[in-house]
Amino acid sequence: MFKLLDSSARQVLIELDGAEVSVPADISVAAALLYLDCLPLRHSAISGAARAPFCMMGICFECLVEIDGDRDQRACQLMVRPGMRLRRQLAPAQGAGA
Amino acid sequence: MSGFDYQLLVIGAGPAGMAAAQTAARHGVEVTVIDEQANPGGQIYRNVDASPLADIGLLGKDYVFGRQLVQGFRHAPIDYHANSALWYLDSSGELGIVEEGVHHSARAQSIVIACGAQERPMPFPGWDKAGVMTAGAGQILMKSAAMVPAQAPVLAGSGPLLLLLAWQYLRAGLKIRALVDTSPRGVHWSALRHMPSALAAGDYLFKGLQLVTAIKRARVPWYRGADNLCAEGDERLAAISFDCSGKKHRIETPLLMVHQGVIPSTQVTAAAGCETEWNEAQQCWHPSVDDWGESSQPGIFVAGDAAGIAGARAAWLSGQLAGLQVARQLRRLEPVQRDRLALRIRNARARHLSIRPFLDRYYRLPDAALIPRDETLACRCEEVTVAEIRALAAAGCSGPNQAKAFTRCGMGPCQGRFCGSTVEQIFARETATSPQQVGCYNVRPPLKPVTLGQIAKKENQNE
Repeated sequence: MFKLLDSSARQVLIELDGAEVSVPADISVAAALLYLDCLPLRHSAISGAARAPFCMMGICFECLVEIDGDRDQRACQLMVRPGMRLRRQLAPAQGAGA
Repeated sequence: MSGFDYQLLVIGAGPAGMAAAQTAARHGVEVTVIDEQANPGGQIYRNVDASPLADIGLLGKDYVFGRQLVQGFRHAPIDYHANSALWYLDSSGELGIVEEGVHHSARAQSIVIACGAQERPMPFPGWDKAGVMTAGAGQILMKSAAMVPAQAPVLAGSGPLLLLLAWQYLRAGLKIRALVDTSPRGVHWSALRHMPSALAAGDYLFKGLQLVTAIKRARVPWYRGADNLCAEGDERLAAISFDCSGKKHRIETPLLMVHQGVIPSTQVTAAAGCETEWNEAQQCWHPSVDDWGESSQPGIFVAGDAAGIAGARAAWLSGQLAGLQVARQLRRLEPVQRDRLALRIRNARARHLSIRPFLDRYYRLPDAALIPRDETLACRCEEVTVAEIRALAAAGCSGPNQAKAFTRCGMGPCQGRFCGSTVEQIFARETATSPQQVGCYNVRPPLKPVTLGQIAKKENQNE
């Protein structure tokens, strides 16, 4: 959904929902997930509605993901690190446990 | 023993915070600055001296201007803490800060709150869908990650930032699929009476004209006076629809970027117990401050857009004024020195402020436009619709804070940042009063996430 203006940027390997993927280094987790085009990031607790990054400045709390085992982390406020384990907070029907 | 951990604590390292810190430090005040980002600059000058972009000129001269401000700040004798968030502040000046996941509490003799602004929520049916983002988010992706939409995006709403984003995307070589302009037709003419004062800040007008000309020249489909915007899609955004010139339009798109102006971030000032007032021209709340930016709480100042929307250049100057008065209160400056230094700053600031009445009027939304259709989610977090809030108001619910208790609106993780303005407008209309009379949400900590583990760890480590 988003692309890099300079495609030669350094890449790092992270884990997303159990699979290894390559993303640009030195960007936020939310930016990396938009780069991978893997929307939505979660289903809401109330109705199960699909949600994804909205404000990118840490105030809307729509981009919550599980990072290294900790749930509900704001993806827009944390930078990607090599080996980081990300898990989208999807409803079970959507295959979150895969 | 003074009992204070900081002489001056500045919250936020955007233009206002940087200026307040530098000014106070120049006069011998010991200054600490905390900021949530990794680099100084605020959202407006985000990453300006640490950019992943090959050429920051892509974003325009106003952004590049920030580089000298950030570099000056970096070289000043200031104790600057990046990646640090304020999660607690009360009217006694007691603070809680989380820095890189570690919590500590503190007290400050003087505080400058320079938390800037946030985008005014723009609720419409489907605004919570994955693939709908704010224009500010689009800018942050450019400034912090050198990322732009992979396909031509649709932009919708109104306000200078929407046009700026379109202009920046065009400069980056992108196409804009459509510009869905929701400012009502005719509203712009009423701004003309403010034109004489706006001419004193002609550079703002010139810049606006440049943006409009470039967007027209690129033949971006520009739907003026659009209404009834709606986002469709299940797991992610599939299409948007809207009415324009009596016709229905539908555009398939995976990405919609929305914007309808900015409003002050009032969470921190509200938590500190600063009195707030309703600004009818800007249709928002802001803390009441004196000529130096001091709030109703002695020793707590508010500088920049957090005290009312005036833009980055005015924010820089209001930060300087706050810094001078802090230095005066801490006996580092005589009143006569302070006033002499303030004169030039006030004159420069007045010039930047002279454009505001025009801009406020030009981009003003009719109050009715701030109340979305019934099926719209007013509160995204707790999924409370506009219809539910209206029904509560009609049934005699006393206002936004009681509506919280009945529906949980404003009680989710965003803490009312994206529903407060909508809920106030609904109550104002349903009770035929104004937001000033309706009031706003009470704010309670934590202002930003902190875990019990982080707080407990700190307590255990006390020497």
